[in-house]
Amino acid sequence: MAVRLAWGLALAFAISSPFWMSGYHLYQFSQVLIYAIALLGLNLLTGYNGQLSLGHGAFFAIGGYGAAILIVKFGLPFWLAIPIASAVCFVAGFLFGFPALRFGGLYLALATFALAVAAPQLLAFKGIDFLTGGSQGLQVPKPGALLGLPMTTDQSVFWLCLIAAVALFVIAGNLVRGRFGRALVAIRDHPIAAESMGVNAALYKTICFGVSALYAGVAGGLDAVAVGFVSPESFGLALSLAFLVGIVVGGLASIGGVLFGALFIEFVPNYADQLTVYFGENAKALPGAVYGLLMILMMAAAPMGIAGLLRSLARASGLRSQ
Amino acid sequence: MLDRRQFLAGAAASATVFSIGRARAANAPGITDKEIKIGQTMPYSGPASAYGVIGKTEAAYFKMLNEQGGVNGRMINLVSLDDAYSPPKTVEQTRRLVEEEKVAFLFQSLGTAPNLAIRDYCNKNRVPQLFISTGASVFSDPAHYKWTMGYNPSYRTEARIYAKHILQTKPNAKIGVLYQNDGFGRDYLSGLKDVLGAAHASMIVKEASYETSEPTVDSQVVSLQGSGADVLVIAATPKFAAQAIRKSYDLGFNGVRYLSNVSPSIAAVLKPAGLEKSKGLITAYYGKDPTDPRWKDGDDMKGWFAFCDKYMRHSTIIDANASYGYVVAMLMAHVLKQCGNDLSRENILAQAANVKDLRLPLMLPGQALNTSPTNYSPIRQMQLANFDGKSWQLFGELIEG
Repeated sequence: MAVRLAWGLALAFAISSPFWMSGYHLYQFSQVLIYAIALLGLNLLTGYNGQLSLGHGAFFAIGGYGAAILIVKFGLPFWLAIPIASAVCFVAGFLFGFPALRFGGLYLALATFALAVAAPQLLAFKGIDFLTGGSQGLQVPKPGALLGLPMTTDQSVFWLCLIAAVALFVIAGNLVRGRFGRALVAIRDHPIAAESMGVNAALYKTICFGVSALYAGVAGGLDAVAVGFVSPESFGLALSLAFLVGIVVGGLASIGGVLFGALFIEFVPNYADQLTVYFGENAKALPGAVYGLLMILMMAAAPMGIAGLLRSLARASGLRSQ
Repeated sequence: MLDRRQFLAGAAASATVFSIGRARAANAPGITDKEIKIGQTMPYSGPASAYGVIGKTEAAYFKMLNEQGGVNGRMINLVSLDDAYSPPKTVEQTRRLVEEEKVAFLFQSLGTAPNLAIRDYCNKNRVPQLFISTGASVFSDPAHYKWTMGYNPSYRTEARIYAKHILQTKPNAKIGVLYQNDGFGRDYLSGLKDVLGAAHASMIVKEASYETSEPTVDSQVVSLQGSGADVLVIAATPKFAAQAIRKSYDLGFNGVRYLSNVSPSIAAVLKPAGLEKSKGLITAYYGKDPTDPRWKDGDDMKGWFAFCDKYMRHSTIIDANASYGYVVAMLMAHVLKQCGNDLSRENILAQAANVKDLRLPLMLPGQALNTSPTNYSPIRQMQLANFDGKSWQLFGELIEG
């Protein structure tokens, strides 16, 4: 009940925000929604299925570049470009899922890490720069008003992100509550037992990889449209690591938790940067340290992430009321 | 009945009122009687954080200026935000600067991709994006992007200077070019071709490119040597430059080698390559190298040392990035002074594009900064320097690229 109420409030907040928020804050919350979608994908893979990925920035990049190329070079509208780019991501993720079957745990983390390291350099590769714009990147035109309604670019981008996010959250929620989700969790917790129960582990794991990449791809495509620019620097290693931070801070294997994770990776670095004002101009290197410290405190206070913390708080208060 | 004279007088008067109204646009946001608020993004964290010292130096310079009374009585307040060299973050922070902090304009935001990401935004909203910190030639394009102005001499300008020198000293040269396969490397190639033109295009006998992911450039150097080139242009970042210098020496290359001014560091490039093997390299400089003992007694260098001791840390005096920031901050202060009391965005841009023969401390003797509505490259002159086995020795005149 409390959970439903929380979802309802979050949705009401989101729906009302285009009517009162400034363009800049709408842009920030669009970024939050975009990160939330990517985190959701990563959480399906890592949180629910136990496959550790340090390379989701690469799938995010494929989605972003895919959408940008389709819009800029082929003149497709964004509402066609983003789904097509995401489908490409699904295929890429599904295919990457096969070698991933052979790697367990840390080895998979390293293999995906390599993907994240390679992505920016591959994107700048000369052979494809007629499509990607090489190291100069691509300028993506921003969408105008949706459905001919009177709205600013920031509002349309936000609505776009919100609609995509709501749809993808509902789908992910249904996935993990159903047969598919139970199979994923069973594979994570005890692969042999799962297989003996008749779960086709290889198939589920590769499909999970594909779906996870698809989520990252949708997020990447939306990001290209929201930012209006893609370049190899947009998809550095730090992005993949931020995603991992996001799902851990938000709470592994939690759908709602990714919202907290997304808020964390969007806003905390900014606040860390602002805090340095109190330490003088020479403390400009501090944000990293402040960010690190906050993360350590976070993990000490809520080892199961924010979602885990809320869950245990709810349980504690429930016990008291009984 | 109005007679003709009255009518004309009236018309003239109303025209004057009208023209006064037009000539004086409203001051930009962020301007008060006491303050000029400006913004920038800098990579204080992330892969390019070594450049963060530029923003710190600029803030320190404005602090010094404010203590001395500011610019025409106004204090400069530089809001410098971290973008981690990530274009989406640059967009977000720039919007915060423009829409929330309400800065008058952007100054020295750093990086090619970050600035490309915000260029449309700045031009659409008519926010000056001034003296941006990168050598990419795409930012000096007043015909298409009126509100965006570069600062660093572009790689292309530098390559033009090498080509001019080659034509002057070795008109029959056979040129081999080693270049990094990205915007940076290709800017050099275009610069060389700009000057050589169709008439001399055949002087380039071989172009060899490398990817930053390659472990070495040895095979490229071998193929350049094999092409019979007697001039080698090395448009490479430090690690690859060191490899190319060493390999070309080991192969017995005895022509002239030009080295990109991205990689003239003795500690990071020439020592690893071997000082003996680096003898005879030529590069181009704009501005004084603070580590060069020849300049240490000049008033401008003493001013720099004193500034570092008081506003930065003593160890900063040898940091070329810091001295770079110091000079650009002076240029900015000069432009703002030139604006007088008209601090509209239009006038700030107009004055930034109206720098005439400005000579600043730490620039080379004779070097002047110039801009105009059609010239958005403030620095066009560089001077060549020769490596004598110990240090870089400037020679010849300033050359305009």
